[in-house]
Amino acid sequence: MSFGRTLATTGRVLAQIGHDPRTIGLLLVVPSLLIGLMSWLFVDTPVFEKVGPAMLALFPFVIMFLVTSITTLRERRSGTLERLLTMPLDKADFILGYTLAFGLLAILQAGIAVGFSIWVCGLTIEGSVWLLLAVALADAVLGTTLGLLASAFARTEFQVVQFMPIFVFPQVLLGGVFLPRDQLPDVLHAISDWLPLSHAIDALNAVATDSEGAGYIGGKLLIIAAYAIGAVILGSITLRRKTP
Amino acid sequence: MVDASEPAIEVRDLRIMRGKHEVLHGLDVSVPRGAVVGLLGPSGCGKTTLMRSIVGVQRIASGSIEVLGSPAGTASLRRRVGYVTQSASVYDDLSVRQNLRYFRAVMGADRSEVDRVMDATDLVPQANRLVGSLSGGEQSRVSLAAALIGSPELLVLDEPTVGLDPVLRVELWGLFHGLAEHGTSLLISSHVMDEATRCDRLLLMRDGMLLADETPEGLLAITGARDTEDAFLHLVEHHPRHSSGEAS
Repeated sequence: MSFGRTLATTGRVLAQIGHDPRTIGLLLVVPSLLIGLMSWLFVDTPVFEKVGPAMLALFPFVIMFLVTSITTLRERRSGTLERLLTMPLDKADFILGYTLAFGLLAILQAGIAVGFSIWVCGLTIEGSVWLLLAVALADAVLGTTLGLLASAFARTEFQVVQFMPIFVFPQVLLGGVFLPRDQLPDVLHAISDWLPLSHAIDALNAVATDSEGAGYIGGKLLIIAAYAIGAVILGSITLRRKTP
Repeated sequence: MVDASEPAIEVRDLRIMRGKHEVLHGLDVSVPRGAVVGLLGPSGCGKTTLMRSIVGVQRIASGSIEVLGSPAGTASLRRRVGYVTQSASVYDDLSVRQNLRYFRAVMGADRSEVDRVMDATDLVPQANRLVGSLSGGEQSRVSLAAALIGSPELLVLDEPTVGLDPVLRVELWGLFHGLAEHGTSLLISSHVMDEATRCDRLLLMRDGMLLADETPEGLLAITGARDTEDAFLHLVEHHPRHSSGEAS
């Protein structure tokens, strides 16, 4: 592994995105627009106060998942990945380079979404805004790393988009947005305990209502980080220099 | 340091399976150092598979491949071997210079290499244009430029001149011979038989087997053919496995 090559990869991915204003727009603005739509939808009800924090987990997660998986898949398909693997680039340099590039974008995205929710949509946050930002960020990075992993199992852009319902929708359904997790049937509750997005939503709700201490939120952050690291490790295992 | 008489590439009894089908049937190939060697054959005959094995990204069923004295795929070879895939494997959404800068960083080569390889491939006027906006020929030159970074000892080029205009083709062959004169070994594939005369040595392939390993002149002398195309047909007719009596 080499720091220089990892950073060069990060710089290259960011330069590519820099030439693509639409993707920048998609990344930075869309989550906020969707959160704005939610808050408008529920303007005369108390619902947004309840689901708003979860939305901070949901939209950045989904968008980072999509953007990352498609970008990485393009690299696999265009032959540039094969070229890189004949060069002195470590698999870890490649994966970490991508994670870092999209992680930086995730920081911006999470910052904008949190700011927009609080100052424009009037979401009340009882706890620390910094902690909220930290969870939203960890969650966006999780979307990135799962996207990296998903791209390993897809051969075409078509397939990778199909992965979204598999990887993402169950996490949304069981994450506690539709029904609080403790009211789910036992089996589903047990399953939801194993889905990383559930913990992100738990943590955001806890910060918003200030119902739990920093220890609880730190624990949830660790779980999210563990999933992200696991996805990165699995991703580099599935990345093979030699292919049939 | 390295024995110059030892071949750049030595392939022994290479077998490769794709699914249940064997696509390379026990290939023996030797590529000398400091020469331009053409790998010729119709498309689908296994040229790309052979090249991928040499650069170490192809899973092989059996056999051995020595590249510059080490087994193919050895980590240290990644600095010493340059590979250009058939389609231009560069980033469409980066400029020529941005592409080359990135590959330079990955190779860990000197910064001045970016300008040197752009100059060598005549890409200086396009330096700041996005690769996606260039013509096909220009794109494959960017891909070639990236492989020249760090002056690798061996270049494996998969159909680098396909679709280029004749003037540019002549220029590129000039570049290849210039590199060979400075000691670089080159293995260049093509399905266009008339490029054969530009090579120092020829490897003729068909259906995953080697038909001939000869100099262009030697090939014509053996077969009594007028050109490489003819020689190829002659070899196919007289090859034990390809002759009309073949039971497959």
